[in-house]
Amino acid sequence: MASQEMEELVRREYKEGFVTDIESETVPPGLDEDTIAFISRKKGEPDWMLEWRLKAYHQWLKMTSPSWAHLDYPPIDYQAISYYSAPKRDEDRPQSLDEVDPKLLETYEKLGIPLHERAALAGVAVDAVFDSVSVTTTFKEKLHEAGVIFCSISEAIRDYPELVQEYLGSVVPQGDNYFAALNSAVFTDGSFVFVPEGVTCPMELSTYFRINAANTGQFERTLIVCESRAEVSYLEGCTAPQRDENQLHAAVVELVALDDAKIKYSTVQNWYPGDEDGKGGIYNFVTKRGDCRGERSHISWTQVETGSAITWKYPSCMLRGKDSVGEFYSVAVTNGRQQADTGTKMIHIGEGTRSTIVSKGIAAGRSDQSYRGLVKVGPRAKGARNFTQCDSLLIGDTCGAHTFPYQEIGNSSAKVEHEATTSKIGEDQLFYCQSRGIGEEDAVNMIVNGFCKDVFQELPMEFAVEAEALLNVTLEGAVG
Amino acid sequence: MSDEQRFLDRLAERNAQRGDEPTWIAARRQAGAARFEAFGFPHRRIEEWKYTNVRDIARGDFTLATDAEFSPATAAALTLPLDAYRLTFVDGVFAPALSDLGSLPEGVQVMPLSHALEENHEAVGGPLGRLTGVDFSSFAALNTAFMEEGAVVRLAPRTVVDKPIVLQFLSRAGEQEVMSHPRILVEAGGRSEATLIEHHVGDAEAANFTNLVEEIILERGAILSHYKLQEAPLKDRHIASIHIEQARDSRYVSFNLNLGGGLVRNDLVSDLNGEGAEAIYNGLFYGQGRQHVDNHTLVNHNAPRTFSRENYKGILDDRAHGVFNGKVIVKRDSQQIEADQSNANLLLSDRAEIDTKPELEIYADDVKCAHGATTGQLDEEAIFALRTRGIDEQTARGLLTLAFAGEVMDRVDLDAVSERVELTVAGKLPERFNLAGLVETASAFNEE
Repeated sequence: MASQEMEELVRREYKEGFVTDIESETVPPGLDEDTIAFISRKKGEPDWMLEWRLKAYHQWLKMTSPSWAHLDYPPIDYQAISYYSAPKRDEDRPQSLDEVDPKLLETYEKLGIPLHERAALAGVAVDAVFDSVSVTTTFKEKLHEAGVIFCSISEAIRDYPELVQEYLGSVVPQGDNYFAALNSAVFTDGSFVFVPEGVTCPMELSTYFRINAANTGQFERTLIVCESRAEVSYLEGCTAPQRDENQLHAAVVELVALDDAKIKYSTVQNWYPGDEDGKGGIYNFVTKRGDCRGERSHISWTQVETGSAITWKYPSCMLRGKDSVGEFYSVAVTNGRQQADTGTKMIHIGEGTRSTIVSKGIAAGRSDQSYRGLVKVGPRAKGARNFTQCDSLLIGDTCGAHTFPYQEIGNSSAKVEHEATTSKIGEDQLFYCQSRGIGEEDAVNMIVNGFCKDVFQELPMEFAVEAEALLNVTLEGAVG
Repeated sequence: MSDEQRFLDRLAERNAQRGDEPTWIAARRQAGAARFEAFGFPHRRIEEWKYTNVRDIARGDFTLATDAEFSPATAAALTLPLDAYRLTFVDGVFAPALSDLGSLPEGVQVMPLSHALEENHEAVGGPLGRLTGVDFSSFAALNTAFMEEGAVVRLAPRTVVDKPIVLQFLSRAGEQEVMSHPRILVEAGGRSEATLIEHHVGDAEAANFTNLVEEIILERGAILSHYKLQEAPLKDRHIASIHIEQARDSRYVSFNLNLGGGLVRNDLVSDLNGEGAEAIYNGLFYGQGRQHVDNHTLVNHNAPRTFSRENYKGILDDRAHGVFNGKVIVKRDSQQIEADQSNANLLLSDRAEIDTKPELEIYADDVKCAHGATTGQLDEEAIFALRTRGIDEQTARGLLTLAFAGEVMDRVDLDAVSERVELTVAGKLPERFNLAGLVETASAFNEE
């Protein structure tokens, strides 16, 4: 393929680049106890929550930013970030979509996600987060009938304090790591899902959130709890408007699965990756962890990571319950000057625990990508089993792809396998397709999609379509 | 007094006894000491030392041996039965009585480092410390501070050495624990060819500390087979930093066989600097009791069309702890690279542990790189297959464990080495499937 064409495609503009002009109520930049108290007060939180936040803050002060990842970025000035921004008319929250600020809806339209139609057609309940406050939650009633709680974390703190107190921080403690501590101190919103015993959530739950107000860090906190024999599938997707300044995003997601419970968590992440010189773009430092607390519980992470300037993300599973199962399926695509250090941790604690890791990395442009994973088998994890496959595809000779798989095995009956390959799209593969009349661009597309198939088929239908489209936009024709 | 200071005091004592030396040696010694002082002993918060605790070395009080006395009978029993050129060191001190260089062929120089330093030989001035600098690790720095003995091997271009060159290191049991800092320098001229065997062995009760630095330079087209047979006594601590620089079309084959030592750490680094250079790493480690065996390897593909293949196998029993960290780095513009890396481990006990990390760092796109790591048990179907042939389960497990090690040993060309290793592994296998008798019978049968 002509390299010019390719370059054009690689240099595609960020499609979701626009800024919605909405008045926000924002605190001045800076972080101290007062900021945290302000957030807590704004949210109408009880005292215990403020104390919880302050405890996290004090731990955070003693910590240093991790430097072990294969990432290169200037130090972040945490005092230059504004930690709270909410659409105005806080008291006057819209009760239905009709009441939603039309500009908001317009934003969703631009994203190609007509909220009401899409939600209704796909049977998906959407807890749409615009900046930091949930503005609308749909299908709540239907869920209510089934006994499923699906609301923003702020509402949960207000309405279900005993559940939040029991589970919040039980998977990712406040002092877990630098970014988790920061999140614990200043998180402004996120989702809360509680599926009671024996209930299969009647629909797929989904949150779309966007980062909007300039200079605002976004600190989401998501907590999903499935009681015995409960089941839920949760979809998370994000896009962000184009802007010049780096935005910090430090989310925490906690999943708890009790006996025989099953949680499927899928993510499509397409935040602004920065321009071709690496200017702008989101810094994404996420802590995601699932706790398979019960016997035969099952937690599955699927992610398609195409955006962000910096990605630091390791969705993990603590396999505590006997015969519990953890899964991680990931496609990460980096282009331009993007850097991604992502992977997973599978901690086998209980007997007969099993885990599968499939990671596909595609690096193009001048990007750098690392898979970093840990499989740990404790002495009590008799008969534990892990299979890891991580493949990298390099497109162009200016990118980098790296693999850092840690295995710590302390049980003789464990079986752990790791396989990894790094290669480029084969000339012969391309030639084969072309000899059958398939254009080079389509051929590349097919090959890359085939490369990612193992992961895409784990995605819920609605997401799979979106993911493939995203991938095509990101990489189509980037081969040379 | 800090642990580091105790070692520096020993160095000061030793320096006071030393006669005049050329200024460049004194300067390097000083640089080593300064670096060691600045680094301190590595701790587990350093990524490279995450799984290996060197406290047992840091807390030790080691002196330097002053003589090379060793019972000739014991030495003879420990020595590999090989027709070879041989240099022997006892606790790091050169032992002429146990060495035999015979008549070295033309173009081959093999000498103790002390002689080369005394003569201020051209072989040492430039190269010594060029590959393994004092910045490599605190142990390399410590070695540089103490360097005085070891071996220098030089091959003139197009020399093919007829017999293996054996460097034998014996560790003695004694009241005082000793340390040695041997330094090996190999310079293989263009298209030369040799086999180098490094053999670490000693009195069963010995509890010493060996801190080896090895620098190997392969000129264009040179071929070197390097066997490191480490059968050090089980209380010995063994640290080795090995650095190989390879020019165009050179080939380096390593057999890193670790059966002994209480605390073992090997660092193997290859720089493939010329097109067509090839590095082949074979490794085997067997740990039992509370042995700790750590192998770190790094292959730098600095030039296009360079190749590396790595295969490490580990067997761990009791409370042994194995570590494998293999890294392949492909530099930008190093196109058409093939790199293959695998590590397989067998855990025989629930209290044994393996930490493995096969890493790839790739900055070029036209590459074929793969790595794999497996940890597990013997194949139950293979055991069943043997049982259907009338072999009892314990023996079947033993045989399959041997076969597991055999995949590495099969590539060894030297019978003396492979038989020694097979016997040792068979003898080490838990009593429940002790196969030493069987292996002896088999090797006797083969000889007939």
